[in-house]
Amino acid sequence: MNHSVRAVDRIAPRRQGNWDWRAAGNFVAGGAGGGVLACVAALSIGLGFDPRLLLAVGLAMMGFGLTCVWFEIGRPWRAMNVFRHVGSSWMTREAYVALFAMGTGLLAIGLGTRPLVAATGLLGLLFIYAQARILAANKGIPAWRHGRCLPVVLSTGLAEGAGLVACAGAWAAWWRYPAMLLVPLCAWRVIAWRRYLAALAADGAPVGTLTAFRRINSLFVWGGNLVPVVLAGVAVLADAPILAVLAGMLTVAAGWQMKYSLVCRAAFTQGFALPKQPVRGNSRTGPGVKPGWQWNRWLTD
Amino acid sequence: MKRYAMVIDLRRCVGCQTCTAACKSANATPTGVQWRRVLDLESGEFPDVRRSFVPVACMHCANPPCEEVCPTTATKKRADGLVTIDYDICIGCANCIMACPYDARSIIHQPQYAYGDQPIASEAARMDSQHIGVATKCTFCKDRIDLAERTGQIPGRDPEVTPACVNSCISGAMHFGDILDSDSNVSRLLAENESFRMHEELGTAPAVHYILDRR
Repeated sequence: MNHSVRAVDRIAPRRQGNWDWRAAGNFVAGGAGGGVLACVAALSIGLGFDPRLLLAVGLAMMGFGLTCVWFEIGRPWRAMNVFRHVGSSWMTREAYVALFAMGTGLLAIGLGTRPLVAATGLLGLLFIYAQARILAANKGIPAWRHGRCLPVVLSTGLAEGAGLVACAGAWAAWWRYPAMLLVPLCAWRVIAWRRYLAALAADGAPVGTLTAFRRINSLFVWGGNLVPVVLAGVAVLADAPILAVLAGMLTVAAGWQMKYSLVCRAAFTQGFALPKQPVRGNSRTGPGVKPGWQWNRWLTD
Repeated sequence: MKRYAMVIDLRRCVGCQTCTAACKSANATPTGVQWRRVLDLESGEFPDVRRSFVPVACMHCANPPCEEVCPTTATKKRADGLVTIDYDICIGCANCIMACPYDARSIIHQPQYAYGDQPIASEAARMDSQHIGVATKCTFCKDRIDLAERTGQIPGRDPEVTPACVNSCISGAMHFGDILDSDSNVSRLLAENESFRMHEELGTAPAVHYILDRR
């Protein structure tokens, strides 16, 4: 492809402008809320502590995220129409999962039975998965449709959930367990992130996408994942719950920053391309053009 | 059974934007919203330089990603290939805009006018409040296609039932017709020429074909 192109009028990829902080708020708060539900369910069933307060926190975060979206849509009073296309729309499925999670979550808070807590945790996990699939289905945004974006969204939701539980449970007898859970989840997240970036760079992506990710990469990898892993490990070994709180806070802050960047900063459109340039004024076609894209440049820039 | 398609001969397009203006006139899209555009692409290094013009709009895909993601079923694909939006159902979530690899859809949340805060007479007469807060895009001039069903006229041949952009094209670059009819103008053009479809690798199967050269 010939990269010497002067593109006029929205030919090259451009940053999408239709989903702003309100849409990002759903991925930030809703994803973390789903993670809280999943982690609280798993830990409370295993350790036998009362999960009700943390379940309420997870549901509130999920509800806050969906409220953010409600403020974003163009016709908010028709919002119930979102339930009409369960056959193929992951946005519809996300809405149903949220509805069921609210139902089972409120029942679990009221009744406190393990099956209801487990069902709420499973629905929290499904909520994060549905969010990841919403992004994956958007073929117009190369950064989202890439197959390796899904594990990043899934792992960050769970890591944030564990981080929030580590913060909230720091003064409980069971504080070590969410800190221990943070270690594999942050490790999974950082591996998924690096694999995602490497694949984006290799497969090609809009320049703006790679630039936006490059800006947050070091801080996310080190401050958001590797440092929390060390802090959580030291917290458990040295019996220092305050370090677990710090690890949790770093994990959550880094996850939220990354998701905001993913939705608002790195979301560049596909742009346009010609496989060959048409015959015009001479007898042959010209080389193909794909303005605004970059290949295999991540590591060298 | 029909499957409408558009064939655009890039050898002929001169980038005059008449199709853009015709679309705006026919559909009264608000300021800042253009369902059809003509891309202007310069490439190469002097003296080997090239300039191409590429008219783009909704590609009316056979596998429309916008329809798949739409949570409300407002976006639908008709049997004749047209991808439509029901403005009474759409909630304006913009998921379809994210799903479209062709940058073909728009949402405006407030009325927009060409000159200040108040509409000029023609804008006031033609503004459609249905279009505020919902996704909009090229319809292939759906009303004209529907008229053809009633009158027996042939889209792509009879101007009354042919999309406005195709009618307006000064260089004869744009063609419209039934791709399942082997005698239609679009079928013949595709048989005789080398063509491609935009971002075909994404599996959307767009109904707009671009001619590059003779076979």
